[in-house]
Amino acid sequence: MATYNTNEFRSGLKFMLDNDPYSIIENEFVKPGKGQAFSRVKIRNLKTGRVIEKTFKSGESVEAADVLETTLQYLYTDGEFWHFMDPQSFEQYAAGEAAIADAIKWIKEQDDCNVTLWNGNPLIVEAPNFVTLRITDTDPGLKGDTSGGGGKPATLETGAVIRVPLFVQIDEVVKVDTRSGEYVSRA
Amino acid sequence: MNSWRPSASIKVLQERASLLSEIRHFFAHRDVLEVETPVVSSSANPDAAINPMLSGFCSPGSHRSQALYLQTSPEFPMKRLLAAGSGSIFQICHAFRNGECGRLHNPEFTLLEWYRIDYDHLQLMDEVDALLMQLLHDSSSAAARHRYADLFLTHTGLDLFTAEYVQLCEKAEAVGVVIPESVQTEWLIEVLFELCVGPWLQQQKGVIVYDYPAAQASLSQLSALDPRVAERFEYFFEGVELANGFHELADADEQRRRFEAENLKRQRAGDEQLPLDEHFLQALEHGLPDCSGVALGVDRLLMLRCGVDQIQEVLAFPFERT
Repeated sequence: MATYNTNEFRSGLKFMLDNDPYSIIENEFVKPGKGQAFSRVKIRNLKTGRVIEKTFKSGESVEAADVLETTLQYLYTDGEFWHFMDPQSFEQYAAGEAAIADAIKWIKEQDDCNVTLWNGNPLIVEAPNFVTLRITDTDPGLKGDTSGGGGKPATLETGAVIRVPLFVQIDEVVKVDTRSGEYVSRA
Repeated sequence: MNSWRPSASIKVLQERASLLSEIRHFFAHRDVLEVETPVVSSSANPDAAINPMLSGFCSPGSHRSQALYLQTSPEFPMKRLLAAGSGSIFQICHAFRNGECGRLHNPEFTLLEWYRIDYDHLQLMDEVDALLMQLLHDSSSAAARHRYADLFLTHTGLDLFTAEYVQLCEKAEAVGVVIPESVQTEWLIEVLFELCVGPWLQQQKGVIVYDYPAAQASLSQLSALDPRVAERFEYFFEGVELANGFHELADADEQRRRFEAENLKRQRAGDEQLPLDEHFLQALEHGLPDCSGVALGVDRLLMLRCGVDQIQEVLAFPFERT
């Protein structure tokens, strides 16, 4: 089993703590002039997303987390699991609702997603930064308004609701920034 | 790449020059003699928490290199001068510590170290405070003084001297410490001080912490009144550890015992044991006058004076750019 020494700590390093995988956000070396050194780290729990601070004695080892980030293609959902495929190996992976939570309202079949795998299971599914989705419902709005001021709600084919300019109509395809949930342009 | 450039601005380097000149002026005014001692030595401080950097020397015509250590502080040669009758002395020099690199650490750094004959640690605390009030322009008032055990009790709720091992472990776990498999009480106390008292210190200007626990005596005398504590102090400014001072241990046998205990700690940790400075021990046998001494981190002082956050911002060329 691979381990990391505290002197290998750097941001992005992933290790196990209390049976959960964590990723280091920040690492600070602390050393009193006449005392022993330790590492203060800010770490993110990769299962829950929660950020905590921990202090390790210098020279201690932690167990490396078997965590891999990869790109998988979204295939379909059976209502309980969301199924993905590795486009190279054609291997399939099933993500539970906790893993897909944030991405669920943005992705549609055949989208490529960043997936964090832990021991071979999807831990976090991230939607692509930009997605293009069809509008299934929105108020017709005023003809000739090109200012876009104010905007209106629109429902996308995935069920997500975003604000779009008044001139955007049903059945049009729009580009959305999934990080902010904002309309970018007509696609 | 711009890595050939200094990481400190020219303005900060000018500030460094005036800081050094103010320090020299302070001591000249008080009749403290400036000295220089060798940076390399065939012996080293065995302190298990400090690791020296290695150098070497080949005598003329020889290809065999004799191991030399870069000093981790100028303490031993300066004490040899004191034992030889130098009177009160100060030195501004570079010191080197292996494995120390971070926001407040560069492996090569500038130390101001000085010794005062016939001073105890309390008198030296007054002088450190006087110097820092001059050098830190926004610190016009004297530092607050607190005993280590008092701060420990206030901020951890635990009595330094009577707390049980399990209580220390529980408190440490509660503040986010990942407790190693075998851990010494000493380490738990150090880490709790850092995590519980540290944040409070960061909100203060100057604070002098004194009467350190005897386990952290290092090279200081134990208190004659209360042998649970050592006559050692530290000066913190906005939480940054700036200076560490001792009423100096003068007992050669006790000094050798502490050195050997440190070497034993090194051996247990799987580190190399270090050759002891026999010249220094002989000087103690000859007789070190009663004195107190303190080492002050000049780079950190400059950081505080310039209001910067990273030691790299006050060094012409930090370790990464050497």
